[in-house]
Amino acid sequence: MKNKIVYTLFILIAVFALCNSFVIENPYFKITKKDVKLKIPKGFPKPNYSFKKNKLNPDVFVLGRKLFYDNLLSKDNSVSCGTCHQRIAAFAHIDHKLSHGIYAKIGTRNVPALQNLIWKDAYMWDGGVTNLEVQPINPITSPIEMDESLANVILKLRANKEYVKLFNKAYKDTLINSERVLKALAQFTGLMITSNSKYDKYMRKKDTFSLAEKNGLQLFRSKCASCHKEPLFTDNSYRNNGIKMDSSLNDFGRGKLTEIEKDYKTFKVPGLRNVEMTYPYMHDGRFKKLKDVIDHYSNSANHDERVDTLITKIGSLSAQQKKEILSFLLTLTDKEFLHDRRFADPNMLQ
Amino acid sequence: MAILWVAMSFTSNFSNKKNIVPLRISFEHFVGNEILKLDSANYKNALGQTFTVSKFKYYVSNFHFKNSAGKDISMEGSFLINEDEEETKKILLAKIPEGNYTSMDFILGVDSLHSCSGAQSGALDPVNAMFWAWNTGYIFLKLEGRANTSLSPGHFFEYHIGGYKQPINCIRKISFDLSKSEKTLTKEIKIKVNVLEILKTPNAIDFSKLSSVTDLKNATVIADNYKDMFELMPNEK
Repeated sequence: MKNKIVYTLFILIAVFALCNSFVIENPYFKITKKDVKLKIPKGFPKPNYSFKKNKLNPDVFVLGRKLFYDNLLSKDNSVSCGTCHQRIAAFAHIDHKLSHGIYAKIGTRNVPALQNLIWKDAYMWDGGVTNLEVQPINPITSPIEMDESLANVILKLRANKEYVKLFNKAYKDTLINSERVLKALAQFTGLMITSNSKYDKYMRKKDTFSLAEKNGLQLFRSKCASCHKEPLFTDNSYRNNGIKMDSSLNDFGRGKLTEIEKDYKTFKVPGLRNVEMTYPYMHDGRFKKLKDVIDHYSNSANHDERVDTLITKIGSLSAQQKKEILSFLLTLTDKEFLHDRRFADPNMLQ
Repeated sequence: MAILWVAMSFTSNFSNKKNIVPLRISFEHFVGNEILKLDSANYKNALGQTFTVSKFKYYVSNFHFKNSAGKDISMEGSFLINEDEEETKKILLAKIPEGNYTSMDFILGVDSLHSCSGAQSGALDPVNAMFWAWNTGYIFLKLEGRANTSLSPGHFFEYHIGGYKQPINCIRKISFDLSKSEKTLTKEIKIKVNVLEILKTPNAIDFSKLSSVTDLKNATVIADNYKDMFELMPNEK
């Protein structure tokens, strides 16, 4: 009799343990409160986007992550945000000049990196989007990107049991609307913060620079930093960086948006963090290598007639100077960010 | 128990006091003196060009009133009025009670604060297809239809007007003098909305020259026209 009880108990425990092991989350993808705590890196300014009306919460973040990597957002369920925004490229698209959309369509601009977004005052190469939350409406509805309507995305989500559960977990009721979708995405992308590159560690006196890197930083500060301002490496302005317009794209940049004369052929100054990984470069992805970019700035003979005066001032750089600037730019790579497990695609088995 | 009862009666008394009968506003859509009918009816613009209307929707926001005691009462927020959805043409101003008013104003459009406040729901939910994704902000007014003189494919014309920043600001303030009705209790205000005005003054629209306005280019041409499309209707008593 006693044996029987022990035996039954043993079976019960075994079954319980087995069941439990199926529901235990893979710890690599588990998001805790600590994971979604906003930490402003030392020396960074006050962010432009505030999470005050979009309170950071692990369950909302997990929902945002799922949406970011879900093909359901596109019309034929073929591409997700993560298709073009790759973690290993600081969420730019490695080796793609111009964005790729559904039906093998090619866009007109280079996929920008997604990093330190909450410090931006506007998004897209022309700065057309002024709030992080409404940014995803562009790729979702663009006929050359995901070609889907926001209303249809909501319908698809409402019909999906898994999402009903996730929304309920995140917002404590099952309402699914565009506001919640967009806010969840903003939590996921807004926390993509990079601040642990070699440069950052050097600035915090936790690492040292080689002579070339030191010289490069000095050169960078005198030649490049008025637009690529530290610590975000952009002054959030729009400028003509001297590249001549590709007549097959006919992209007038910010001017087309504002209809203001001085804005024609200007584009947002991109931040340079992780620039090693975000190739190819410029708004139309015309330069394959960082070396090509530095060569371009150094060669005023090839500049567009509306080039920014700050670029003209750079002047001609020697081969040695170019190498040093390049050495410095490579210190902006933040491997912790590029491998941050919080931003990994949860559909991938690790 | 007694305390609970007292507390409950107090709250209910309190909320009764706060209960107001909201003022109603109805928007009645016309083309000239004819009631607007989508798709089926032919109209003529100031240049005598024939056209039909297939879509007419717009935002009105931030209602503000002055009452006969000189007090200001205002209410933030936007309403989307859509000819195709009858129920949207009558609105209840939840925070503005019936009363004796000397003036009323509101804006056609969405103010700058709400234009860049991020994801919103209700009237300002981007699913209403009145939002510009690529140039953050709301489309204040959509007027679409067909005109034989239009050179666009299918002879369509499309005016999507937005823009809340200088130099292209298409928000227009609409004001009405209500002093004539100040002696009587106003329960409902009827506003005639005349589509013809959007095509008329100060810029007479020629469909063969301007059949499409869908970004900031030429937006103020239409905005300056729609400024006077609202007209107070006499109150039937």
